Amino acid sequence: MTAGRFMGQAIARSEDPRLLAGRGRYIADVVVPGASDAAFLRSEVARGRIVSLDVEAARSAPGVRAVYTAADLNPLVHETAVAGLPEGPFPPKYCLAENDVRFVGDPIAIVIAENRYLAEDAVELIDVDIEPQEPVLDVDAARNGDGALVHPEIGTNTPQVIPFFGDPDLEQAFADAAHVVKDTIVMHRYVQAPMECRGIIADCDPYSDELTVWSGTQSVYGVQSLIAGLLGIGTNQIRVVQPDVGGGFGQKMAIMRDEWAVVLAAKLLGRPVRWIEDRRENLTAAAHARDERIDLSIALDGDGGITAIQGEFIENIGAYQTMGSSGMGAFIAPFLTNAYKIPKVGFASQAVYTNTCGKAPYRGPFLMYAVGIEQLMDAAARQLGVDPLELRRRNVIRADDLPYTLPSMLCFESITPAETLDQAALMIDYDGFRADQRAALEQGRYLGVGISLCVEPSGIAVGSMATEAAEIRMDYTGKVTVAVGSSSTGMSVVTTMKQVVAEHLGCVPDDVNVIQGDTAATPWGAGTGGSRSAVLIGNAVAAASTELRSKLLEIAADALEAAAEDLEIDNSRVFVRGTATKGMSFADVGQLAYHSPDMLSPGTAPGLEASHRFKAPPFTFSNACHICTCEVDIETGRVSILRYVVSEDCGRMINPKVVEGQVFGGVVQGIGGVLYEHMVYDDDGNPLTSTFVDYLLPTAAEVPTIEVGHIESPAPNPLGVKGMGEGGAIASPAAVINAVADALAPLGVRISGSPLGPRQILDMIAAASGQRA
Amino acid sequence: MREVALTVTVNGEQISRPVEARRTLADFLRDDLSLTGTHLGCEHGVCGACTVLLDGDAVRSCLMFAVQADGAEVTTIEGLSEGGLTPIQAAFQAEHGLQCGYCTPGFVVSAHAFLAEHPDPSDEEIREALSGNLCRCTGYQGIIAAVKRAASNGSSL
Repeated sequence: MTAGRFMGQAIARSEDPRLLAGRGRYIADVVVPGASDAAFLRSEVARGRIVSLDVEAARSAPGVRAVYTAADLNPLVHETAVAGLPEGPFPPKYCLAENDVRFVGDPIAIVIAENRYLAEDAVELIDVDIEPQEPVLDVDAARNGDGALVHPEIGTNTPQVIPFFGDPDLEQAFADAAHVVKDTIVMHRYVQAPMECRGIIADCDPYSDELTVWSGTQSVYGVQSLIAGLLGIGTNQIRVVQPDVGGGFGQKMAIMRDEWAVVLAAKLLGRPVRWIEDRRENLTAAAHARDERIDLSIALDGDGGITAIQGEFIENIGAYQTMGSSGMGAFIAPFLTNAYKIPKVGFASQAVYTNTCGKAPYRGPFLMYAVGIEQLMDAAARQLGVDPLELRRRNVIRADDLPYTLPSMLCFESITPAETLDQAALMIDYDGFRADQRAALEQGRYLGVGISLCVEPSGIAVGSMATEAAEIRMDYTGKVTVAVGSSSTGMSVVTTMKQVVAEHLGCVPDDVNVIQGDTAATPWGAGTGGSRSAVLIGNAVAAASTELRSKLLEIAADALEAAAEDLEIDNSRVFVRGTATKGMSFADVGQLAYHSPDMLSPGTAPGLEASHRFKAPPFTFSNACHICTCEVDIETGRVSILRYVVSEDCGRMINPKVVEGQVFGGVVQGIGGVLYEHMVYDDDGNPLTSTFVDYLLPTAAEVPTIEVGHIESPAPNPLGVKGMGEGGAIASPAAVINAVADALAPLGVRISGSPLGPRQILDMIAAASGQRA
Repeated sequence: MREVALTVTVNGEQISRPVEARRTLADFLRDDLSLTGTHLGCEHGVCGACTVLLDGDAVRSCLMFAVQADGAEVTTIEGLSEGGLTPIQAAFQAEHGLQCGYCTPGFVVSAHAFLAEHPDPSDEEIREALSGNLCRCTGYQGIIAAVKRAASNGSSL
């Protein structure tokens, strides 16, 4: 696709210089006069009754301004309903643990002190006695309903159940199948781990009854809405400001119970309160992700064509789930066929409460739709004795299938899974690798290749996420400001939206200022998540810029005594087509529009302002194919990734460097998840991986060089863009797992999911060799 | 809490003041000197976001008490950036070596210390040198490319 003058160009990010120079302003850098620091006492017991809680010593400790418990804060809670949670019974969300504790990390008391050191000192002085009870940890025991309840108030551990539904002929399709392939695919628990932990500062003004909140969030309006409900006050009494945010990946979509406590404490105390989460809290008490499995079966005909798929999905959602996660069955079901033509589908799901840290979204929270089938494709290929690339080619949706209506009735209009499959196979020299693999095996080396396709439901635009707006204005100097409802946490929204404005308005990106992350300054929006920014914000900005351009032309036409349709714009100048000298600068038009409105023709409106609220279809589909090659050392269990290629199609790219950056980050999160990261609990519900010494993030020493190929098929929206922020993390786990499984297949090892750390790999090799012996 | 006299040179400026004995160097820089470019990502010495130069060596400011820097010369990201972006920082921008920017000052400081010692590093050496800093956004691709670019431009400092 032809790049524009600015759209499609890999221009350097304007966010970068200040961040590089240490001039970013993150939540811990925000100074609010008079702010006190908060620290929490958290439960060290997974499930238990609070027998006694004595905070008197803490209250009189040096520098302590207040200590609050459930008795102080919980009565202030007006309501805790969060829009956007799927249907289901929800537990009463105690702000602080009341009577009992429900996971290790459950906040019990909040100490407010002169500084964080003194607050933590005082936490040590709190005397709490918790009578431990047998925790609910096993998902199967929890959902079979014969044991204890995580939340006795709601009478069930399965708050969200989708009973089995499917094609009426599904059973017949499996009965008629030449082959049936089934497996249980497991994703272990791993976490978002943004480099910046959470943080919030709340300042209640008792005189105006207004509340200002600084929050390291992905959605300022989400925070505003939740706090309005929490306090029972008007949304217009709450200003939420987002400073720079050091990554979110879904964890910062909604504020959690400890953050509510900070807001309530600030209200009660009548002075600003600041809480900066530490890493141990972030790893054990913020929110976790994954920890799910799917029982998946596919039916194939004699030619390897898949005729039906059936899945039962179970997820462990911990004790307290947050918006946009948990109950993901509803988002997995429609996409269960991923990139393949599979006519018949059946599905069921359950979300299960346990006494562990609750679940929040993490980059592709519904990723099991791809992680599951992509592993089953490889299992099927092995069972049928065909190459996994060939099996995918037989079943993948092709250009001449489009528009392709899924069994879920959603429609793929513009995707290219077959093309990305071919491009990725070419990039990695698939046949060449197979030859190398055979040669290596003869020398006793275990190499493998793994393919994973994904069609990403990007630009999620359902319910309150269906729209985004842009408000654009050019001032009397010709400079442009555009305000949007995003709350970027590193997604380059400023740079890319400057490119969109410049392209549509005819100025340079440097003349555009982008404002986001402040409810006092931006239009209402759902924030940054769901791979929405390019599609929703991008199209809103493009439309608003186009409307502003019309106003510019109307005013310039007046001044130049020409018809608007005879005018052109280039480089911040309006001129009569073919007569470059007869024109005026944006600054001239701005002067006229604001400072000399009497010189405009009657009927020409003064000012240069426009706004547009864009409604997107529920999903805008992008797609990618990942192929990973690896070598497994069967003595140590170590997996070394040899090459990693991605062919992706996100439609028209606004900035290829930004697109590739999103791919890189997502892929490495998937690699990390499969090979290194594992949030582990012991049998008593204690988290064992509470530091970065135990919870292993990938480093520069482990990650492969990632090669990216692009295919650009325009999306069915005016800008032609598709979202792609999550696809890297959605497709990568299965690519890595399939590569390891392929490497170890000659040893008879069968792999059904993750984690694939050295210990798991050595155990599987030992088990397989035991079976063979 | 006990306070101790501290004299330290930070970004070329000599500072003498009493400081609480248990105050970390990171908190001293961030809260007492308002040098907030030094970030805290784990406070247990793994993530590298708080990396500063102590007499030219890259150290974790979260793992040191401020008083341990007595008599030393500390350079933070702000100090490195005093004359505008360094060639290393410019290379990070050119190679899209940052997204959220939180880990970035730590990487930049580490890269400065590394390239000062190894002006012509191999890819392996770059990866090894950067493995003490964690990034969650970039997959390290742009960071590794940036350090390579800075090295090949001969811009160690």
